[in-house]
Amino acid sequence: MLQKVYDWIDDRVDITPLWRDIADHEVPEHVNPAHHFSAFVYCFGGLTFFVTVIQILSGMFLMMYYVPDIENAWRSVYYLQTQVAHGQIVRGMHHWGASVVIVMLFLHTLRVFFQGAYKKPRELNWMVGVLLFFVMLALGLTGYLLPWDNKAYFATVVTLEIAEGVPFIGEMAKTLLNGDPSIVGAQTLARFFAIHVFFLPAALFVLMAIHFIMIRKQGISGPL
Amino acid sequence: MSDKKQQVSRRQFLNYSLTGVGGFMAASVLAPMIRFAVDPVLQASTDGDMQPVVDVSEITEEPQRFDWTFEQVDGWYTSNATHSAWVYKDENGDIVALSPTCKHLGCAVNWAGNPDYPDQFFCPCHDGRYYKNGLNVPNTPPSAALDLYEFEVREGTLYLGSPVENPVEKGGA
Repeated sequence: MLQKVYDWIDDRVDITPLWRDIADHEVPEHVNPAHHFSAFVYCFGGLTFFVTVIQILSGMFLMMYYVPDIENAWRSVYYLQTQVAHGQIVRGMHHWGASVVIVMLFLHTLRVFFQGAYKKPRELNWMVGVLLFFVMLALGLTGYLLPWDNKAYFATVVTLEIAEGVPFIGEMAKTLLNGDPSIVGAQTLARFFAIHVFFLPAALFVLMAIHFIMIRKQGISGPL
Repeated sequence: MSDKKQQVSRRQFLNYSLTGVGGFMAASVLAPMIRFAVDPVLQASTDGDMQPVVDVSEITEEPQRFDWTFEQVDGWYTSNATHSAWVYKDENGDIVALSPTCKHLGCAVNWAGNPDYPDQFFCPCHDGRYYKNGLNVPNTPPSAALDLYEFEVREGTLYLGSPVENPVEKGGA
């Protein structure tokens, strides 16, 4: 049945080359853990991607209950944690996943660094990877404020102080992030929410696409 | 090596195991999220709380609108919500409490809202009309009678519950 549906579509729009291009590629011996167990170090990039997918999915579902408003943000989080079925699990996935993704990203970076895989011709992809790292840190930072509890609030106060410490433009940078020159409140939360769910994910998707296309284009780096 | 015919090729075996493991992983990620999202559909309904509305002695044979305010819990948001009912005593002295929500598209109807039909309920949105017992007037937009509130009289006070389907037969009035 499925085969027939597939054939019917393939017959008309020739989709086979599309997925073959993505799915079929050589896995050289030195990255195959069946040959050398130490090749497991190559899994961290993929694991980063896997956890990112979980973050995107759990984030989408959390948004069904969360509201970015100072009166209701904490209450809506409390409600989804205590009243909604599996709320603890879905929020837990997003909460712990946020840390796991940074750990995986870091391990992936270490592997690339110590294998020298960033060297010519892959310097550009290293740079894109560093940008991805910054975007991911920014996602963690903006997401931290959203539950609007004491820890979230004061962590953000500290963040804004750090931004203010930048020479010359510090005060402007702080106001830009904060939405108000002095009050950390309604405007800050709305801003951080927009940055967390629209701006940074958009940047993340573009950078990930570039990262993956470059890997495919250049192939995986050779054995040590 | 045995020359038995191989039932499952190596490629098939790998395909099946990868699909199985991948499917299991995807399912275990998605299952809690989907249960989380459909939760409102599966929540037990919480209505059935009767609210005090008006002293029975105030109810006349002419439908009057009575409003009552109660604490409404909407997820994480608690507020005072106001509902209304059109209440009267019919010819047998029985209390009738009609929901003001028009069965066409949900506007609020008024008793004698149209001076041309002083003994009908009238909906200003699309000129829907109902007889005194809530039955919709044929050839006006509504397709059903106004809902009836469940009610109870406790110590001379009328308590109203949730609106239920009005059992009036067509052709009444």
